[in-house]
Amino acid sequence: MTTKYTKDHEWIRVEGEVGTVGITPHAAEQLGDVVFVELPDVGASLKKGDEAAVVESVKAASEVYAPVSGEVVEVNSAIADNPGTVNEAADGAGWFIKLKLSDAGELDGLMDDGAYKEFAANEG
Amino acid sequence: MNTLNKQGRPSRPAVAQAENEGQFETFSGSKALQQTELLLFDRGDNERTGVDLPETPDIADDLGDFARKDAIGLPGLTEPEAMRHYVRLSQKNYAIDLGVYPLGSCTMKHNPRLNEKMARLPGFGDLHPLQPESTVQGALALMDQLSHWLTTLTGMPAVALSPKAGAHGELCGMLAIRAKLDADGQTKRRRVLVPDSAHGTNPATAVQCGFTVDEIPSDDTGRVDLEALKGKLGDDVAGIMLTNPNTCGLFERDIRTIADLIHEAGGYFYCDGANFNAIVGRVRPGDLGVDAMHINLHKTFSTPHGGGGPGAGPTVFSDALAPYAPVPYVVKDGDKWKLVERNEDAEGAPFGRMSAFHGQMGMFVRALSYMMSHGADGLKQASEDAVLNANYLLALLDGPMTRAFDGYCMHEALFNDNFLKDTGVETLDFAKAMIDEGYHPMTMYFPLVVHGALLIEPTESESKTSLDRFADTLLALAEAAKAGETERFKQAPVHAPLRRLDETRAARQPVLRWKPAEAEAQAAQ
Repeated sequence: MTTKYTKDHEWIRVEGEVGTVGITPHAAEQLGDVVFVELPDVGASLKKGDEAAVVESVKAASEVYAPVSGEVVEVNSAIADNPGTVNEAADGAGWFIKLKLSDAGELDGLMDDGAYKEFAANEG
Repeated sequence: MNTLNKQGRPSRPAVAQAENEGQFETFSGSKALQQTELLLFDRGDNERTGVDLPETPDIADDLGDFARKDAIGLPGLTEPEAMRHYVRLSQKNYAIDLGVYPLGSCTMKHNPRLNEKMARLPGFGDLHPLQPESTVQGALALMDQLSHWLTTLTGMPAVALSPKAGAHGELCGMLAIRAKLDADGQTKRRRVLVPDSAHGTNPATAVQCGFTVDEIPSDDTGRVDLEALKGKLGDDVAGIMLTNPNTCGLFERDIRTIADLIHEAGGYFYCDGANFNAIVGRVRPGDLGVDAMHINLHKTFSTPHGGGGPGAGPTVFSDALAPYAPVPYVVKDGDKWKLVERNEDAEGAPFGRMSAFHGQMGMFVRALSYMMSHGADGLKQASEDAVLNANYLLALLDGPMTRAFDGYCMHEALFNDNFLKDTGVETLDFAKAMIDEGYHPMTMYFPLVVHGALLIEPTESESKTSLDRFADTLLALAEAAKAGETERFKQAPVHAPLRRLDETRAARQPVLRWKPAEAEAQAAQ
């Protein structure tokens, strides 16, 4: 099981051929209190970098992008009902979608834990 | 201890005084002239009424079982009660008539009373949109004259007056681009380039028109990254939506190059005219290569907005797009004015219409009144003074506050939250503390490209004295934040009618309608 990170502050945790996607605690903190989440339809086919979900906070609205290509096999409807979960547990219960990866090779282009921490620290 | 002057009155309020406040809560909840106000529904009842209606005559109705069985539940109030309710609410409201309103990107400039007087002339104020043309010749002449000055000031040949606000004007412009593309068989062109500093309405408009949005990053100077733009051009590009000056308050110096690049790539240039007030009389967007642009009459030409009145977003078009401009529009036929209402009567190929009638007539009168009373030289000076005022504030505040970008700004000054670093105070807290100081906060957390953004637009309305006083307050607040007076900010606002509202809960669990107390109690059970 590996967790990888994007420059847009998404994380993806891969188990077998399915990856769970969320936003990082750093991103959740920068957004402030999340008040609305829009999730994709199960079955949607996403290419790496496609808009996967929309997240709105008291400060801003932004998109969550697919870190890699794949098919949406599950969405976390709990965060649509209770958006606060994204702030409370961004890297756990606040996950957004599960993707069935179509090209596991795409994971290689993402950052590992150490690289992301450095990236986030430099971004301020 | 308060410092006392010769009259024995405190010459400046001591902070300790604020801390003691609340020890003597009033019995009524009011604080002298600041009266508490209930909702009308909580204040009224079914026993009282402010109107005296004749007894209903005994008539048979055909409603049968559909007839209402209970009272409708509207609150009954006497006429003075109803009047006081609204007067009290108005006294809690902050307005440009009350103080500095530095809301960036909103251009809360003074609304001259002359405009109001003109708009209330019975010949304008009492019009009905369905009146015969022969009875509204003066109004049509005014619309024609307004069109003339809008096209003159922008250097563009055509204008649609009917859009009702900025975003409506954007929609109008982008629908014209879409109509032109479709007419030319360019149906593959569906991608619209939008800078990351854009107003949120830009991408929303593009999507509404059936386009996809492709974001262009800003460079280190807060302007469009030209190389990134070049990389995004292609035969599927419908156009670009660019604000100039942009939302960072900066002039896009490469605008001519950007226009040329877009045109060479086969796309069109939509300019978001929200910040036109910074360049009126100095720059004509038509000379910059713009194909369509909306003009916020409620910003640039001083018509009231933000609860004071409706917006108006006339949209101007280049030669290429003019034939697709929507109906209706005014033409002069001999010595009479007439409205072209139907596509088939128009010279070009209008894409349709933006609204049932002809636009915000009251705003047309106010905007033309503003233009005529200022004259060409006055309009130019208003733009220059708006830019001067913003740069004056930028110069006064830079240092204790941290500017987002180097160089001169245009009509608004943008700061980031670096000056609050390690103070425990955030942009939001800083803005709330301004409420206690009697100022409407600036725009915060926008544009999104700047961390903890504070965007200040003073407009040309403020005198130097007024700007100095405003700057002194901000500098004192910045100093207090750095001195560790965190509580002053975290508690703010202390002196407002209501303390800090729970914005998060309001967004997560919005209460959208009032329910009687009993009904709510029942629902809870």
